[in-house]
Amino acid sequence: MMRVYFWLCLMLLSVSARAELTIEITQGIASSIPISVVPMKWSGAKALPVNLGDIVRSDLERSGHFSVLKPDDMLSHPSQEEDVYFRDWRLLKQEYVVIGEVKLTSADKYQFRYQLFDVFNEREILTQTLTGKVSQFRDIAHRVSDAIYEQLTGIRGAFSTKIAYVTTNSLRTRFNLAIADSDGAREKVVMSSKYSIFSPAWSPDGKRLAYVLLEDTGSKVYVQDLSTGKKQLVSANKGINSAPAFSPDGNKLALVLSKDGNPEIYVVDLATRHWLRVTNHYAIDTEPNWMPDGKHIIFTSGRAGKPQIYRVNIESGYIERLTFEGNYNARARLAQDGRFLVMVHQSAKGEPFHIASMDLTRGLLQILTSDTFLDESPSVSPNGVMVMYAAKYNKRSILAAVSVDGDVKFLVPSKSGDVREPAWGPYLN
Amino acid sequence: MQLNKLFAVSLLSVAIMGCASGGGTEEGTSSTETVVEESQTQAVPESPDVDVVTEEQVQAQAENPLLKQTLVYFGYDRAEIRPEFKDVLNAHAEYLVANPQARIVLEGHCDERGTVEYNLALGERRANIVKRYLIVQGANPRQLESVSFGEERPAMVGSNDSSWAKNRRTEIKYQAR
Repeated sequence: MMRVYFWLCLMLLSVSARAELTIEITQGIASSIPISVVPMKWSGAKALPVNLGDIVRSDLERSGHFSVLKPDDMLSHPSQEEDVYFRDWRLLKQEYVVIGEVKLTSADKYQFRYQLFDVFNEREILTQTLTGKVSQFRDIAHRVSDAIYEQLTGIRGAFSTKIAYVTTNSLRTRFNLAIADSDGAREKVVMSSKYSIFSPAWSPDGKRLAYVLLEDTGSKVYVQDLSTGKKQLVSANKGINSAPAFSPDGNKLALVLSKDGNPEIYVVDLATRHWLRVTNHYAIDTEPNWMPDGKHIIFTSGRAGKPQIYRVNIESGYIERLTFEGNYNARARLAQDGRFLVMVHQSAKGEPFHIASMDLTRGLLQILTSDTFLDESPSVSPNGVMVMYAAKYNKRSILAAVSVDGDVKFLVPSKSGDVREPAWGPYLN
Repeated sequence: MQLNKLFAVSLLSVAIMGCASGGGTEEGTSSTETVVEESQTQAVPESPDVDVVTEEQVQAQAENPLLKQTLVYFGYDRAEIRPEFKDVLNAHAEYLVANPQARIVLEGHCDERGTVEYNLALGERRANIVKRYLIVQGANPRQLESVSFGEERPAMVGSNDSSWAKNRRTEIKYQAR
């Protein structure tokens, strides 16, 4: 397995907000695709505040599917097709080359044109022109990464998506719910509290976040509109109010209430406030997550003595156990249209907690992580490729990511304090 | 008679926590100019994290030192009361029976292992098992509230067996009247 250690200082690239997270790639795939992203031509007098090429390079590198040539190792930095000498790129063992140019088109608008070449066949296979203001440069760069990634892997890119997470100071006296770009840049704190915030969950349109606030009187569930910042109390019943999850259509919330004495899964219609109790068992039932069909919910239950993953049909109440391997399986999420379960897994009592995936069609369980400690809160990218999770690493709480096949790994530590509870947002375009 | 309310050792701990949180602010708050919406509950005057000990309790504690023990510990992923805590809980139950006006909040906690949500549920079980035990021993259900803090409010920081053992607990908290 190829191991690359690669530090990216995203803070230097950030426009208005200091990025709280950094990224350290620890493992990429052995057969990664060699690609060169030539520094973009810019003829302006002043340097551009955001380096588009750097962002595209770090996106592709972080995906684990590409080995990206450093600009210093290139023989030339062409920006026009006629200046691309394919022999030179073949000499550098490059399979693909990206060139491009940024131009100012009006007072504050820029035009960005790029071309992707197949070096072996000596032909252009993708070209796009995007326009935007300086404040949109990061969005443009991630769009370019998405398009290149999809062109070369056949899988939709998820670089343009957002992540939500919770940061805490070491004394745990302040909790910030933040959202950031998928590379950790442009962090925005959307909610700050002296109380613990956890289980953030995105609405399918990416416009709202549900989360739990653990106040002195107990846990409560809120839904916050990200554009207005307004938060709405959804559930403050006696006992536990927790583990919110939006339905695929965004109209309902699955959550956990213990108002009748025991944690059970409920579904609430957010418009009508009609409540439906889904489970009824004296054991712990928690961590609901919707199947893509909107008719089934997977959840964690202690009904067999130890937590395992189950699936319930909301209408019929029919319950089926999904996991049998291991001492502790909890907090399952789905990847690739429900084909894979991704969850917290402990193989046997006393063994470490890691992230595992299970192919539901074949029943095969694979432990994905090994270098981190107390792995929890897995969240899957919308293209079903990567899992972001929280873990302990060098005595700190950090975020880390691993591909659903276990081949790609990177760490996302916070610059200061602890970071937990990642939630990967949906596609926004 | 109101003056008889004694603020015990915990006042000191509040003072210490105050200093500590003051020192920690530079680390926790983040960095951006974006509007930070404060937690709704912050508008409400903060209830100080102080155990108010009544005169009756002080007397009762002098008569039965077991009442000073307000922590019940649990095994890993367990929510059963261990035999060694039964005398302590019996003493609290007797006190509740003798003092019908006394109120208790039972706070259930977990260690950091396992998932946040499963631990929130487990913490509730730890609070409720103590609640049920006290009711069986004669306490009135109206005297007892339970709340789970899951793994969110550890008594000891540190990812090791000794910290974890101290964090798997139910705290018995007498309420001010």
